[in-house]
Amino acid sequence: MKQQLEAIRAAALEAILAADDAEGLDALRVKYLGKKGELTAVLKQMGGLSAEERPVMGQLANSVRADLEKAVEEQSAILAEKALQRRLVEEAVDVTIPGKKAEVGHKHPMYVALDELKEIFIGMGFTILDGPEVELAVNNFDRLNAEEGHPSRDWSDTFYFDTDSRVMLRSQTSPMQVRAMDTMELPIRIVAPGRVYRKDEVDATHSPMFHQVEGMVIDKGVTMADLKGTLNTVVRKLYGENTVTRFRPHHFPFTEPSCEMDVQCHKCGGVGCPTCKGEGWIELLGAGMIHPRVLEMSGIDPTVYTGWAFGMGLERMAMRRFKIADLRLIFENDVRFLSQF
Amino acid sequence: MNLSRKWLSEFVSVDANDRDFAEAMTLSGSKVEGTEDLGAEINNVVVGKVLSMERHPDSDHMWVCQIDIGAEEPVQIVTGAWNVHVGDMVPVAKHKSTLPGGVKIEKGKLRGVASCGMLCGLSELGLDERDFPYAAITAAALLNDYKPLDPEKPSIPADIEAGHKVFGPVVAAKVESVENAGVNLWKVAVNDGASTAEIVTPCVNLHVGDMVAYNTKSATICTLADLHAQQAEFPHCIADGIFILHEEGIACGDDLKPIINADDHVVEFEITPNRPDCLSVIGLAREAAATFNAELTLHTPVVKGGAEGSLVELLDVETPDPELCPRYTARMVRNVKIAPSPKWMRERLRSMGVRPINNIVDITNYVMLEYGQPMHAFDYRYVKGGKIIVRRAEEGEELTTLDGNLRKLTRDHLVIADDTRAVGLAGIMGGLNSEIVDDTVDVVFESATFDGTCIRKGALALGMRTEASAKFEKGLDPLNTLPAVDRACELVEMLGAGEVLDGVIDILNYVPQPTVLPLEYDRINALLGTDVAPAEMRRILEKLGFTLDGDMVTVPSWRGDVKAMADLAEEVARFFGYNNIPCTLQRGETTQGGYSDVQVVENRIGAFCRTCGFNEIITYSFISPTYYDKIRWDEKDSRRESFKILNPLGEDTSIMRTTTLPSMLEILNRNYNYRNKNVKLYELGRIYLKGGEDGLAIEKKVLSLGAYGDDMDFYAMKGVVESVLQDLRIENVRFLPCNDNPSYHPGRCATVWVGEENLGVFGQIHPLVSRNYGVDAEFYCTELSFEKLFALKGADPIYQPLPKFPAV
Repeated sequence: MKQQLEAIRAAALEAILAADDAEGLDALRVKYLGKKGELTAVLKQMGGLSAEERPVMGQLANSVRADLEKAVEEQSAILAEKALQRRLVEEAVDVTIPGKKAEVGHKHPMYVALDELKEIFIGMGFTILDGPEVELAVNNFDRLNAEEGHPSRDWSDTFYFDTDSRVMLRSQTSPMQVRAMDTMELPIRIVAPGRVYRKDEVDATHSPMFHQVEGMVIDKGVTMADLKGTLNTVVRKLYGENTVTRFRPHHFPFTEPSCEMDVQCHKCGGVGCPTCKGEGWIELLGAGMIHPRVLEMSGIDPTVYTGWAFGMGLERMAMRRFKIADLRLIFENDVRFLSQF
Repeated sequence: MNLSRKWLSEFVSVDANDRDFAEAMTLSGSKVEGTEDLGAEINNVVVGKVLSMERHPDSDHMWVCQIDIGAEEPVQIVTGAWNVHVGDMVPVAKHKSTLPGGVKIEKGKLRGVASCGMLCGLSELGLDERDFPYAAITAAALLNDYKPLDPEKPSIPADIEAGHKVFGPVVAAKVESVENAGVNLWKVAVNDGASTAEIVTPCVNLHVGDMVAYNTKSATICTLADLHAQQAEFPHCIADGIFILHEEGIACGDDLKPIINADDHVVEFEITPNRPDCLSVIGLAREAAATFNAELTLHTPVVKGGAEGSLVELLDVETPDPELCPRYTARMVRNVKIAPSPKWMRERLRSMGVRPINNIVDITNYVMLEYGQPMHAFDYRYVKGGKIIVRRAEEGEELTTLDGNLRKLTRDHLVIADDTRAVGLAGIMGGLNSEIVDDTVDVVFESATFDGTCIRKGALALGMRTEASAKFEKGLDPLNTLPAVDRACELVEMLGAGEVLDGVIDILNYVPQPTVLPLEYDRINALLGTDVAPAEMRRILEKLGFTLDGDMVTVPSWRGDVKAMADLAEEVARFFGYNNIPCTLQRGETTQGGYSDVQVVENRIGAFCRTCGFNEIITYSFISPTYYDKIRWDEKDSRRESFKILNPLGEDTSIMRTTTLPSMLEILNRNYNYRNKNVKLYELGRIYLKGGEDGLAIEKKVLSLGAYGDDMDFYAMKGVVESVLQDLRIENVRFLPCNDNPSYHPGRCATVWVGEENLGVFGQIHPLVSRNYGVDAEFYCTELSFEKLFALKGADPIYQPLPKFPAV
C-alpha cells in the first residue's frame, strides 16, 4: 500500500505539473482526488490493514492528498495567470485607429467672438442690452444728432417700411443708446450687440444684414481718458497684453470729440503688409464722447453728466479673430465651416 | 480727395516724407488712405538729343540713332518709331532704367545692331496726349510701308515710282528733304517724278527717301484717312511714336521726371463729411500747417479787370428761391481765347485726378481744387436776355447736361436758367446748351452756394453725384464764393485767356453770423481728461484760423461744424494729440453688470443644443414673400402679414420673416447640396410680427432646430425636444399629433403643449415642401417659442435624498 501511495503521489504530481489548461487540471483532480479517484480507491483498502499500520498509512495517505491538493492549487494559479496573459494579448487594440466621435455642436464663430467681448465688459460692470431691429428713425437718427438731410438717412442707404421714413430697420446699434437713456437709471454702463441693416450688396466684405456691438457709459466726470483706458483694457484682454493701439480723430454725428481706434497690425508689427493694406494699423472701432446734444435730447444735463460710447462691427472682429477671409462664409452656415470653431 | 504735395507746398512748407506726412495728418484728423510717388516707377530716364539717324541695315522700318544724353560719348539706340528726326529732343530710357508697369530697360541688340537703351513714347511714360497735347502724332501713309491686304491684288504696285498715279490727283512722290518748321510742322521737298514741290506738312514720319502719296491738287501729303486705307495696309503708319519734347530750358542729360511732373507725390485723403473745407488744397494746407506747426502762406487774388462794357448792363441775376441759394457771385470775362491751359496747370489738375480740357474749364476746376468752391463757366451767348435765374425746375422740365444725357427734372431740382430755359443744373452739372466751346467769346463765371440737402437729393434722384454736388451737399462756406471767383479771374489774366470785366454780381440771401463761443479751458480739460495749458489751446485754435478776443472765440466761416464747447475740445484734442491723452479707468459709482434672466436662459438653451450635437447658424431676418409659398402656407394665412421693406435690395430680402422655418430649410438645403452628411442646426432667431408699439414690430425669438441624416427620424427629433424641455425643467409636457400644419408631414408631426400653452411644433417636413426645395431627403425641424420656454421654465431643483438601497 505504501508503494501504491508513493506511486500515486509521483504520477499525480508529474501529471499535475504537466497540465496546461484548467480542464485538464480539473480532470487530474477528479482522477486522483475525486470520490472515485485513485487515492480514494487506495484508502478504501485501509480496512484490510493492521491496527499498527493503519495510522501510519493514514498519515501517509493524508500527506499525499495534501501534496496533490497543493499542487493542483498552485498549478491552477499558474494556469489562470497564463490564461489572463493570453487574454490580454488577444484583447489588445490598435490605439492609432480614430476613436468614436462624441457628437457635439458648435457655437457660430461670430458669437464666439461676441461672447468673449461680452464677458470682458460684464467683468467691468456692464449690463448686456437687447433691443428692437425694426426701429423708429427718431431713435436711429434724430436723437443721435443725424438730422433730416443726413446722407445715411437716404433711401439708398437705409431700409424703410413707410413712405414717411418713420419706421426703418436700424442701421446701427446706436439707437440702443437712446433706449438705454430713456429707460435706465444713471449711471449707465451698457453694451448692446445685435443685428443692423444697410443697403449694401453682398460681397466678400459687405452684407445687407450684419452685427454691431454698441457700448455706452454715462456718469459724472467721465472723460475721454476713461474712454481710452477702458477700450485699451478691453482690446488687450481680447488680443493680448502687448497689443499696441492708437486713437485717430474721426467724425460721428452723435459723439464729439469722435475717434477711431486702431490696433497695430499683428502680422507686420506696424511696418506695413498686405494684411493691414500697408498702413501698419487695422481699424477696430469708432468711439467718442457722447455729443452734449444727444444727452440733452434724452433729458440728461451735459454740464453735470458726460459719457462715452463706442460701436464696432462684429463680423469683422470675428473674421479677424479666426482669419476668415470672406464675409459670406458667416451667413452661408456650411457645417464644414461651422464645425471648425 | 487727392492732394498734390507740390501744390500744397505753395501754401505750406512741410519737410516730411510721404509716410511721416501721412501718419501725422491721419493722427490730426485728416485720414490718409494712401500716397503715391508719381515717379516711383520711372528711373534713369533722361533728356537726349538725336544727333544722327541711319536706316537699320537689316530692317525696313527701324532706325539707328546716335543720341547725346549729356555724357562724354553719345549712345547708340535703335528705334522702330518713324517720327524721330535729327535735332529732336527725346526721352531716353538708359541702360538699366525702369518705366511704369515694372518695365526694365537694358542694353541689347536689335537685329544685330547694339542698342543702349530705348527712346520713349508717351504711353511708355504713363502719359497720354491730354498731358502733352503737342505730342499728338499725324502720320503720312508711306508707300514704302504698303502691305496689300490680298497679295494677289495689291492696290499699289510694289514697283511704284515717283510720278505714278495712285488715284485722281494723288501721285507717288519721293521725299527729297525734310526740315523742321516749328512744333509738329515739317518743310518737305517731294518729287513727283516731274518736278519738286516744297510744302509744309504736319506729318511727322517723313524722312529722305520715303515714298509718299502726294495730292497735287491740294499740295498735301496723304494720310491713311486721305487714302481711305486700312491700318493693316500701312502697318507702321500709326499715330504713335516717340514723345518729341518741346519744353523750354531742357538740356541733354536732364532727369525727365520734373519735366513730366513725375516728381510730384499725391496723397489720398478720406475727408469726413463734417469737413468740406478740407476738400481743397487750401483747407488741407491749413490742417498741415497746424499739424506740423508750420507757416501758412495764403494768397489774395488780384484782378486787373478793365474789359470793355458794364457788368450790370450785360448780366442780371435773380434768386427767386433765396433759401436754396444763400449766395450767388458772378463775374464776366470777354474776348476769351479758348486754348489748352499751360503745362503747370494741366499737371496740377492731373495730379489731383482731374482731366484737363481747355483753359477756361481748367480754371474753374483749378479754383474748385484750390479753394474748395465749385465754379461753373457759361458761354454768355447762350444766356438769353442776359439774365440768370436760380430757380426750382418746372415739373417735367428737361435739360441736357454736359455729359450729354437728357435729364427730366422735378420741382425738387434747382436750375440755373436764363429768360427762356434752364442752362445748368445748379451745383451738379452745367447744361450742354451753354457749354464752353472753341469759339466761345464771353464767359460768365458762377461761384455760388446752394442748399446742401437740395443738391444732394437732386443729384441722388438723377443718379449723378458729381465732384461739385459732393461738395455742395456738405454745406459750403458762403464767404468763399468771392475770393474763388476773383481767383478764377486772376488766373484768366495770368493765362492771357481773356479780359475780365470790372465788378462782381453778388447776391447775398443770408446774414453772415459768425459763431462766437467762450473758451472754457477747465471744461475742455475735464471732458478730455487732460491738463492742456490755456496758452496751448489758444495757439492751436489760432493756427486753425479761429480768432480770440479775451476768452471768446470766433469760429471761422469755413468751420460750420464748430458750434459748441465739445467741438472746440475736439480741435484742442486733435492737435494736442489723441494719443497724448492719458488712459484712465472707470471711476465713480460701481454698477452691477451681467446677463439678464432672459439672456441666461438664451445662453443655456444654446449650450444645450450644442451638447445635443446641433451647430449654431445665423440667417437673414428678411426673406422673400415666395418663401411662404415654399412652406405651403395658404394664400390667406394671416401669418403672411409681414413688415414689407419699401426699398429692398431685392425680392429675396424684401420682407421681415414671421417664421424661422424657411430660413432653416434654406440652410439645410444648402448643406444637403454640399453633400454634408448628418447635419444638425439650431438658431435662436427672431420673427417680426405686426402690431407693436409705435408702429414697430413685435419681435419674438424662436428656437429653430433643423436636421437630416442617418441618425435622424421623428423620435430622434422628439428626443431632442424632450431633452431641451427637461433641461429647462418644464413640466407636464404633452405631445399631440398634428396633421394640419401645411409645412409638416401630417403623420409625423406633433405640437408641444403645457396646459393650455402651445409651445410650438416639430416633425418631418412635408414631402411637398421638400420638393419645393428640390430635395428628396427627410428634413426634420422644430419651432419652439422662446418666450414660452422662458415663461414655463421650472424652478431650480431641490435635492431629494437618495434611496438607501442600490437600484434594482
